[in-house]
Order: sequence, then structure tokens, then C-alpha cells
Amino acid sequence: MFTQQLINGITVGGIYALIALGYSMVYGILRIVNFAHGDIFMMGTFLGLFFTQSLGMQFYIAFPLSAAATAFIGIFVEKIAYRPIRIADKLAVLISALGVSIFLQNLAQIIWGTETHAFKSGIEVSTFKFGGLILSNIQLIVIFLSCVLMMGLYFVVNKTKIGVAMRATSHNLNSAKLIGINTDRIISFTFGIGSALACIAGLLVGIYYDAVFPIMGYSYGLKAFAAAILGGIGSIPGAMVGGFVIGIVETFGAAYISAGYRDAFAFGILIIVLIFRPSGILGKKLVEKV
Amino acid sequence: MMKNNVYALEIKDLQVKYGVIPALKGISLKVEPGEAVALIGANGAGKTTTLHAISGIVRKAGGSVIFDGKDISNSPAHEIVSMGISQVPEGRGIFSNLTVYENIKLGAYLRKDEKGISEDIQKVYDLFPRLEERKTQLAGTLSGGEQQMLAIGRSLMAKPKLLLLDEPSMGLAPIVVETIFRTIKKINRESGMTILLVEQNAQMALYAAHRAYVMETGEIVTTGTSKELKANDEIRKSYLGLH
Ligand SMILES: Nc1ncnc2c1ncn2[C@@H]1O[C@H](COP(=O)(O)OP(=O)(O)OP(=O)(O)O)[C@@H](O)[C@H]1O
Ligand SMILES: [Mg+2]
Repeated sequence: MFTQQLINGITVGGIYALIALGYSMVYGILRIVNFAHGDIFMMGTFLGLFFTQSLGMQFYIAFPLSAAATAFIGIFVEKIAYRPIRIADKLAVLISALGVSIFLQNLAQIIWGTETHAFKSGIEVSTFKFGGLILSNIQLIVIFLSCVLMMGLYFVVNKTKIGVAMRATSHNLNSAKLIGINTDRIISFTFGIGSALACIAGLLVGIYYDAVFPIMGYSYGLKAFAAAILGGIGSIPGAMVGGFVIGIVETFGAAYISAGYRDAFAFGILIIVLIFRPSGILGKKLVEKV
Repeated sequence: MMKNNVYALEIKDLQVKYGVIPALKGISLKVEPGEAVALIGANGAGKTTTLHAISGIVRKAGGSVIFDGKDISNSPAHEIVSMGISQVPEGRGIFSNLTVYENIKLGAYLRKDEKGISEDIQKVYDLFPRLEERKTQLAGTLSGGEQQMLAIGRSLMAKPKLLLLDEPSMGLAPIVVETIFRTIKKINRESGMTILLVEQNAQMALYAAHRAYVMETGEIVTTGTSKELKANDEIRKSYLGLH
């Protein structure tokens, strides 16, 4: 029972982590919360639905294709909604983000309606027993893909030139410009990667729960945002850890205490951790820049 | 000294506004190739704003910046670096979570000549032996003086034709300030790198520079050679604390 729940928790945790990364990376670079991220995640999911269902594509083609398309949505959102007001105060950015969020939700409802859709991914579900555990191939795909993507991201950020530029830009935007980094390009890249990961997370939600709906960006987005804060917003490993912690805690809470309070466990753990570590599990101490 | 009458840097009637408040009210200045020129003035005079306008960090409200004969008024910051202007920012702006070595290496971000880069890293170490001793240390744990050396070293890695320095003396003990300025003078006199230096410490600025401009509330009020300015009563009183 315990191990079974742990695996279930890791499965949803991986999904939260993938979404949380987008919040955290953008915050790390621009010190803003992209409140439209949840809806970008939702758009990615529906693009996947469109490619697999309406166009009948195989999922291994539809996945990368929707991820790429969602990356462009993210880049586009930054360009039209955030870039022009980057020097304005944070409240303006927040309002702009809410505008994008409302727009995307309504756009999805116009195109796909307000109802919940089944997500026929074309993957045959098969379960198998392993010791006392019941695992499905879907769970393994979810865990495998989320781990591979996170390792990939870790590699890009730490071992490549564009990763160095991302880190430099997030340390100090002006210094990054002064050593010749095209920071606008790095910001676009960050939005693109974050959005692509969110899209994959959405597709995993689709194949795991077989249900997608236009306001899913709100519930998953909020959980993932909590995960980013829990791990320490701005920190990439923090977003991963935060995602898994939230996924595991809510799964255990739901299994052992009460399924009705699933969300309360997720936000409860957030509150408890923040009391003891205000900057999150792996977050840096919040020092005002001088 | 000048090739085809082209200035290394020429600023014409440059204006910058923050919101509606003017920070630069139309300043003009010229720097010849190989020259070290200082821009001195009190807090809030607009010195940093001038350097940020040259580097493409702030938007210009009017006027132009011409570098090596090319108008760079509307070029983005990263292109300005690639053309050969490198700035050592006010407050140093080092990457504190990276090591000394990584900071220096990042200064060569736009370069691809691996061999030249390693040679230049060694040159930076020769210029500032302290940095070599501390190359694996996190930059944030360096002393203020060492951080300033690191910021200068990082800028030199871009192989600039024009080096902009923003208050290298800030917050440093007099003895450290002297070391830094001796090095700045050396960089200019020995390698012939053109320098535009912003300072509140007029004494040191006039020591390192051939010429200087004096700025007050967004305008240039006086200019002359370092020798002339050191002898100017007004300057002696207001900027050198002499009577
Ligand atoms: N980002 C900004 N927003 C609004 N006003 C600014 C900004 N940066 C500078 N200013 C204002 O512009 C004027 C010039 O500032 P600047 O930083 O260029 O002065 P400075 O000569 O470098 O001063 P210091 O010697 O203190 O560094 C000041 O009045 C300052 O308050
Ligand atoms: Mg200044």
C-alpha cells in the first residue's frame, strides 16, 4: 500500500514538477510570475488533443509537435504581453498576465467547448503486477518522460553555452547584457522551454487521467505554482523537488486521511514549509539587491 | 594620433529621460583613439546614465552616440559589446554565485578563439595576480577590491577597443584605489586601449586620465586637460577639496 501510493505520488509529482519549472525559470530571469503559465499548459494539452484526435496523429509525433507549438505560444505571449511593459512596475505585468490567462481560456472554450474531453492517446493501457504493486504502462511512461525531460533540462542549463547565458541573465540582467548576451533571446528561450515542458505535462495528464478541460490550467497551474514556491521559486532543482513533494503529500493525504481534502494537503504542506523556510526548500535567502 | 579624423567615441547632444525627468540634457563629448578621458561629477550628475546610454542599456531621448565612425545610438547592448565597447559597471556587477575563473571566462562570451581566450585569461592573471590565487573561489566571497579587479578583468576578456569604467574607486580603501588606478593607467598607456572613466574621486580620475569633462545635473559644465583642471580654482574647491 505504502509503496503503491508512493509511486502514484511520484507520477503526479512529475507532472507538477514539469509545470512548476516554467514558473520558476521565468521568475529566476525576470522576477515576475507568469500567471498565464497554467493556461499555456492547457493550450498545449488541447493542441495535443487536436493533433491526436482531429488529425489522427500518432502520439510520438503529436507530442513533440504540440510541445514545439506551445513553445511558440509562450514566446509569443512574452513578446506581446510582457516585453513592452518590462520596465513598468510589477502590478502592470500581473494585470497583463491575467488578461492573457482570460484570453486563452476563452479562446479554448470557443474552439473546443466548455466540456471535458476524453484524451484518446492511442496508447493501449496495460497493467502488470510487480511484487505487491500494480503498475500501469501509462504510469511508467509518465515517470520516465518527466525524469528524462528534467535531466535534459539540467544538462542544458548546466552544460551548454545557452545554459550559461541563462544562468548569467538570471544572476544579473545588466551584467549579462554588458558581456554581450542577447538577453531578449535568452528570455524568449526560457519562455519557450517552460511552455514546452508544460505542454508535455498536459499531455501526460491527458493520457494518465484521460480527461482534459479548458479550465484545467487553473487547478494544475495553482498546484504547480505552489510547488515552485515550495521548492524555492527561481530554483530549477527546487521546482522539481517541490513538484514531487506536493504530488506525494497529496496522494498520501488522499489515501490515508481523506480524499476530499487532497488540495488542502498540497497547500497545507506549502504553508508548513514556508513557516520554517520562507524562501522554500532550495530557495536562496531573499536578500534585497543593492 | 587620429586615423582619418575618426574619434573613438563621439557623443552629440545626448538626452536621456527617466519618465519625464531628464537625466541627460543634451551632452556632447569626444574621445580620441588611445586616450583616457574622465567624466567627473557629484552624485546624481548623470555619469552612470551616460555610460548606460553608450552601452545601450537605457533608451536615448535624443542625440547620437558614434563609435569608431559608426552610429550606435539604436544598437542593442549585445551588439555594442561585439563592436568593441566593454563596460565595468557601477557596483561591479560580478556573478557572485560563479567562481572567479568562470566570471573571467564569461567576459569572453562572444569570442570563439579558445586559444586566444586562454592566453588572455593568463594576461588578466598577470595584471591581477590576486585573481589567479583565488580563481576557484566564489566571486561573491571576494573583498571589494578583488571584486573590482575581477570586474575589470572580465571586461578586458571581451578585447574591447573602448573600455568604460564606472566608479572603480567606489567603497574601496585609498591604498586599494591607488592599485586599481595604477592598473587602469597601465592598461591605457601600455596597450593603448581607449578609456572613458567615470569618477567622483576627481583626484584619482585626473591622475589616470589625459583629459576630463565635469558634469553637473545632466550637463557638461567644464572640460580641459587633467593638468588644466588640477590648476582650476573652481575644480580645486568643489572636486579636489583643496583651497
Ligand atoms: N532607473 C532610474 N529611474 C529613475 N531615475 C533614475 C534612474 N537611474 C538614475 N536616475 C536618476 O537620474 C539621475 C542621474 O543618475 P546617475 O545614476 O546617472 O547619476 P551618477 O552621476 O552616476 O551618480 P552617482 O555618482 O551617485 O553614481 C539621478 O537624478 C537619478 O536619480
Ligand atoms: Mg553612478
